[in-house]
Amino acid sequence: MSPTRVLLAKPGLDGHDRGIKVVAMALRDAGAEVVYLGLRRTPEEIWRAAVDEDADVVGISVLSGAHLALTEDLLAERARLGAATPVVVGGTIPAEDAEALRALGVEAVHPVGSRLTDVVASVLALGERRTA
Amino acid sequence: MDATDAGIPVATVYTQDDVAAGLAERLGAPGAPPFTRGPYPSMYRGRLWTMRQFAGFGSAEDANARFRFLLERGQTALSVAFDLPTQLGYDSADPVARAEVGRVGVAIDTAEDMVDLFAGIPLGEISVNFTINATAPIILAMYLVAAERQGVAHADLAGTLQNDILKEFLARKTFIYPPAPSIRLSCDVIDYASSALPRFNPISITGYHAREAGCDAVQELALTMASAIAYSEALVARGLAFDAFAPRLSFHFATTMDLFEEVAKLRAARRLWYRIATERFDAADPASGRLRFFSGNSGTTLTAQQPLNNIVRSTIQCLGAVLGGAQSIHVMGYDEAYEIPSEEAVTLSLRTQQIVALESGVARTADPLAGSYFVEALTDELEARAGALLAELDAAGGATAAIERGIPQRWIAESAYRLERELANGERPRVGVNVHVTEDAEPLGEMFAPDPSVAERHAARTGERVAARNAATCAAATDAVAAAARDGGNVMPPLLEAARAGATLGELADVFRSAFGEFREPRPW
Repeated sequence: MSPTRVLLAKPGLDGHDRGIKVVAMALRDAGAEVVYLGLRRTPEEIWRAAVDEDADVVGISVLSGAHLALTEDLLAERARLGAATPVVVGGTIPAEDAEALRALGVEAVHPVGSRLTDVVASVLALGERRTA
Repeated sequence: MDATDAGIPVATVYTQDDVAAGLAERLGAPGAPPFTRGPYPSMYRGRLWTMRQFAGFGSAEDANARFRFLLERGQTALSVAFDLPTQLGYDSADPVARAEVGRVGVAIDTAEDMVDLFAGIPLGEISVNFTINATAPIILAMYLVAAERQGVAHADLAGTLQNDILKEFLARKTFIYPPAPSIRLSCDVIDYASSALPRFNPISITGYHAREAGCDAVQELALTMASAIAYSEALVARGLAFDAFAPRLSFHFATTMDLFEEVAKLRAARRLWYRIATERFDAADPASGRLRFFSGNSGTTLTAQQPLNNIVRSTIQCLGAVLGGAQSIHVMGYDEAYEIPSEEAVTLSLRTQQIVALESGVARTADPLAGSYFVEALTDELEARAGALLAELDAAGGATAAIERGIPQRWIAESAYRLERELANGERPRVGVNVHVTEDAEPLGEMFAPDPSVAERHAARTGERVAARNAATCAAATDAVAAAARDGGNVMPPLLEAARAGATLGELADVFRSAFGEFREPRPW
């Protein structure tokens, strides 16, 4: 089986990249192929890279509180492209917003305080489901 | 159990044999070189540290209300948090800004917003800290206009502008322009302030963000000193005398959970800087080598699980900052893993400082841990390890070159990952996270509720202000900023004119974008 391909990016203006880099390293150690696009990426840039890299999962991280609006934009672009790649969101996300994100169409939410092993398992499971 | 957070081995017991000879020379007296024991002779007995909770959200009026709330409860200074669009040079109406206006701080578009931000707060009497970097020259110009409106002379203003752009590339990531012109803008501010703002700290050289991004205490010390050297070299290269600006350089360190290591780090920082000032820059004025610092508690040590435990963590960190001799302190809100702090949480943070100051007795005497075999041995060890790492950074061409090559960024990312694995496998205990875990969610008080209408409201008001300004005066003032940016003149005098004329932050940041270009961070892997 080919390794799960994960595309990670920070949308919006937030520069807190400690968490997403930790997740990138942990996914890599778990056997995934990870591309981290970096900071301030637009939905267009993220989906272009997701297509180019043939990503199985797209993960974003937001710690500025702007997660709802930024995720809406990302999912709107996914819909516009007719893509079905699952989206995972991490960051400073209150419980009711986690529900709202799932309702918007996000496949998994990992707020601050999530266990690293759980995040990795969730991303890999989403990737496998897609490649299966 | 047998090593500090930074991996320094710790013995079961320390005796005088663990302290190298020559301790008296390494310590000096409080307020005297090499300042190990603190920058001032009487320390907190003479004056308590400044209690400075970092605050700001929404519009200028919203943030003004929070400032007054804090001042009414006994806070002694202000510290302004700006929203990301303001930090990155976008007005509230910019489509890029839409989701982020007023979210992590206050939204400022014009000098009029700055006037509103400090309405009813006497700027001649209170010191103000600004956590602003890429747009620091613009924000300072707008602040100077707000002071003018209150009839306060620039020379009477006290406060601190963070203005440390190097650590933005390193860890905090609100850079706009490439490193070289960014450093030039930082230095323009310091140069300008060295004559025009004698009571103001025009930079806060910061190890805090690198630490929060994942590095350890030794790396935090070395990176902070390397940055201080880089700015000092740039200013000396412009023709300034070291003693003309060095007394107004200020510093910013994290204070995290490993109490004695943190205290030793802060004591070692003062000694390191004194040696750098005298040995590398031939400082003649003792104040040039007298390190003063602001301490921020560590947000990354706080947990979403069992959030009330964070109050206890913050108390220990506040105590560490005091025992380390901080000049001003911010204590984190216990709910910061969820939202910006509620009124209840920020009040508790301030009360934490007040209880440490007024009830614990730790403020009675300067540097109370001096002479402790353990603390002195640890202070020496941190100084030695940070000095060795600083030599590595020197060999890599100094802070700017090392950061451009991504060297310290890799230290930080690797160290953050190591820490997370230690938390995951239980090697590093964290109560409520990997030990003494409870299944039930702990109650959290009422959380801060952001106002979704702020972006629209603020953009509309800026639109009215732009329509009301004298367009020709504003355009001429903005052109003068562009000329200074292009020709190498100090940007501060024309920025001040442009702020007075009603130019917006986004317009002025665009002037610099046109002159300098924008920086895009290379991928880390």
